[in-house]
Amino acid sequence: MSATPKSSADVTLGQIFRAFLLIGATSFGGGVVAYLRTSLVGKHRWLDDPTFVNLLAISQTLPGLNATNMAVLVGDRLRGAPGAVAAIVGICLPGALIMFAAAVVYGQHGDRPAVTAMLHGVAAAAVGLVFAIAVQLGRKALERPADLVFVALTVLGVNVLHLSVLYVLLGVGALAIGWHRPRAGREEAPGL
Amino acid sequence: MNQIPALIGVFAYLSLLTVGGGMAAFPELETLTVNVHHWLTSSQLIHFYSVGQMAPGPNMMMVSAIGEKVAGPLGALAVLVAFFMPTALITFAVGRIWMRLEGWPWRDAIERGLAPVAIGLVLAGSITMARAVLTGTVAIGALAAWSAVAIAGAVFAILLLATRINPALLVLAGALIGLFAFGGR
Repeated sequence: MSATPKSSADVTLGQIFRAFLLIGATSFGGGVVAYLRTSLVGKHRWLDDPTFVNLLAISQTLPGLNATNMAVLVGDRLRGAPGAVAAIVGICLPGALIMFAAAVVYGQHGDRPAVTAMLHGVAAAAVGLVFAIAVQLGRKALERPADLVFVALTVLGVNVLHLSVLYVLLGVGALAIGWHRPRAGREEAPGL
Repeated sequence: MNQIPALIGVFAYLSLLTVGGGMAAFPELETLTVNVHHWLTSSQLIHFYSVGQMAPGPNMMMVSAIGEKVAGPLGALAVLVAFFMPTALITFAVGRIWMRLEGWPWRDAIERGLAPVAIGLVLAGSITMARAVLTGTVAIGALAAWSAVAIAGAVFAILLLATRINPALLVLAGALIGLFAFGGR
């Protein structure tokens, strides 16, 4: 899709909020990134595809959910800091209200046998879902055999050695970044 | 009421661990909310997380449910701000710098290096969750445990074979199957 982005000066805070609110209310089943692309690149033409992919790479590298990081980055590009706030509040609001209501209902009816039985089924299905997501992410992003070693080290640290996620993230992260470090010859590396 | 400062501290910390997705923070989420602060049981946490898979929007909106359970509406609001604000600020600041670092060779190294770690963290979170679900269903009985394994396996296989199906529908189907598989005990 080669959209020609409109001048972002046209976009108002209300438009940003409404667009992200709609995504936040309709993106059932995860995969919010696909909904974002349809709306921002396709429908509104606020971004072109290369910019979208670029922002997505930043979102995936930084801590934070991809969906909320994308909201902040796109909102900022369109309307600065107020745009970022409008986008992240919009995308979070519907789900937050629904889960708030779910917690209230759960508090009142959560221990009924039928509800418990359904929740066990939902939990089992969700386990299948999270493993499928991990495999799909891996298929897309793992380039070399060495990357599998970093995946294994991370799992070993968290699930077998029961280290804090923070230490595993910092330790294996530093190791993996070091492995992928810029090498002489591939590019002139100015010592930064 | 006086749980709110602790909620803010815990969720602001968890926020920083979500590299690769919300699931990356799950092992620490379980440790802190279940074992350290006793805000909810392991199975309640699993229920909130799983129900959250059926809600629209970013997939960790279930944190507002934990806030509600611990400290009502104010708790939910505190948790939401604590969980989303730190990473939003980091992304805002780094996002502005990152675009200007297009030619910086380490930028590529950071993106390539963190990708496998992020996937490892998501996988580790999935394993932690699977363990908790298994422990919960084994407590009911062997048949319940095998039913859970069968449901999880079926969802996993369907999602990898038929990528067009909406995962929320499968999780919803899990509720109906659960009614038969785990009901009547």
